[in-house]
Amino acid sequence: MSHSCPKVFFLFVFISFFALAGAGQIRSQENPYIVAYDHNLEEPGNLEVEYFSTFGTQRGGNDFHGFWSEFEYGATAWWTTEFYLDGQTTFGDSTVFTGFRWENRVRPLKDEHWINPVLYMEFEDINGADKIIKEVEGHDVESDFLVPNAIARQDKTREIELKLILSSNYKGWNFTENTLAVKNLSNEPWEFGYALGASRPLTLKGAAQRCNFCLQHFIAGVEMYGGLGDRYSFGLHDTSHYLAPGLAWNLPSGWTFRIEPTFGLNGNSHQFMLRWGASYEIAGFGQKIAQLFRGNHE
Amino acid sequence: MRTLRLMGVTFFSLVALVAWGAGGHAENTDQQSVYAEIAKAPEKYRNKQNPMASDPDAVAAGKVLFEEHCEDCHGVGARGGRKAPSLRAKEVQEAPPGAIFWILTNGVVRKKMPVWSKLPEPERWQLVSYIKSLGPMDDSGSKK
Repeated sequence: MSHSCPKVFFLFVFISFFALAGAGQIRSQENPYIVAYDHNLEEPGNLEVEYFSTFGTQRGGNDFHGFWSEFEYGATAWWTTEFYLDGQTTFGDSTVFTGFRWENRVRPLKDEHWINPVLYMEFEDINGADKIIKEVEGHDVESDFLVPNAIARQDKTREIELKLILSSNYKGWNFTENTLAVKNLSNEPWEFGYALGASRPLTLKGAAQRCNFCLQHFIAGVEMYGGLGDRYSFGLHDTSHYLAPGLAWNLPSGWTFRIEPTFGLNGNSHQFMLRWGASYEIAGFGQKIAQLFRGNHE
Repeated sequence: MRTLRLMGVTFFSLVALVAWGAGGHAENTDQQSVYAEIAKAPEKYRNKQNPMASDPDAVAAGKVLFEEHCEDCHGVGARGGRKAPSLRAKEVQEAPPGAIFWILTNGVVRKKMPVWSKLPEPERWQLVSYIKSLGPMDDSGSKK
């Protein structure tokens, strides 16, 4: 099992990207955030296939490469659902599949407001070797990652994660604030965390010609995230915090590339991580699946 | 093993959800009820002037943006598609530019029109310039 899981993971990613051939495409307008969420949901019927990667430094142990795939589907204009597969390689140790996540984001208000709330619910079934750092919660610290994969992966974690996303678009800027609460389904206390983000396209006007390198396709931003302890020990202490400037490049062909150097802000944090991602948006995925099941050829 | 089983169940539940939910998108949207949303634009927006109206590139830029973000649903030349109504209808073409801008900003999320506030304001106004430049077209496809 331990050897087959990473293969299943890569096969899944490969087949998914291979399946894109001939699919409809649409230009997405993604912010550079990798941890924080804004209130912009996936367009209904569209599927975004994403691959992300984190190279992390590790004091007192081996550096690592965490990676994950996301399949993000716009179920409606107010509900986006997303499925993740996680894995990691610890250099000098091994490559392991570390679990899956299923998240849902719901927009409760129908109009755009000064501050736009989005409710986020996630179930995750991962093991202790997971190193994608998709969020920081509770008292997560760098030394948690020193445990060898063979031992860490024995520790199973099933969690429910809730987030309140508050996000605003103002004069081309996006500002977002996420507060998260996580409950391990075994008998462990609620843990908390936060993520903040700000971003803006390099220019606010669209170009009169179709182009890949126009400034409107580049969105620069910064995000900051970290833990807030647990219900018995709440606060910014004894946990890790990160600051990450980032850049997203949204191509008219439907591809988006992101890069985000990440810096630890205290002694409990990894000193440096380099995160990057590639995603592709398939327009009308829902219709194609519906046709497949119903034989509905329009 | 249990994780793999749980993952499989979750994944195939999602595929079933997509297959079930997508059926609604294939059906024609109730066009009149979508057009009726334009009339709900607040007075403040209806009275807004298009700041890109005097920009000679606004229509061309709006066309590029339309092709990238809107054409998949609203069809080529905004003539209407499987998922969204024509924007050449008189309800849209005769609407004040500010009302179209308001729809773009807020979407009609209960009727499948997404919120486009993630596009900066100048780009939304460029889209308005392009849509208004198309002119009305009747159901037979001929320009009025």
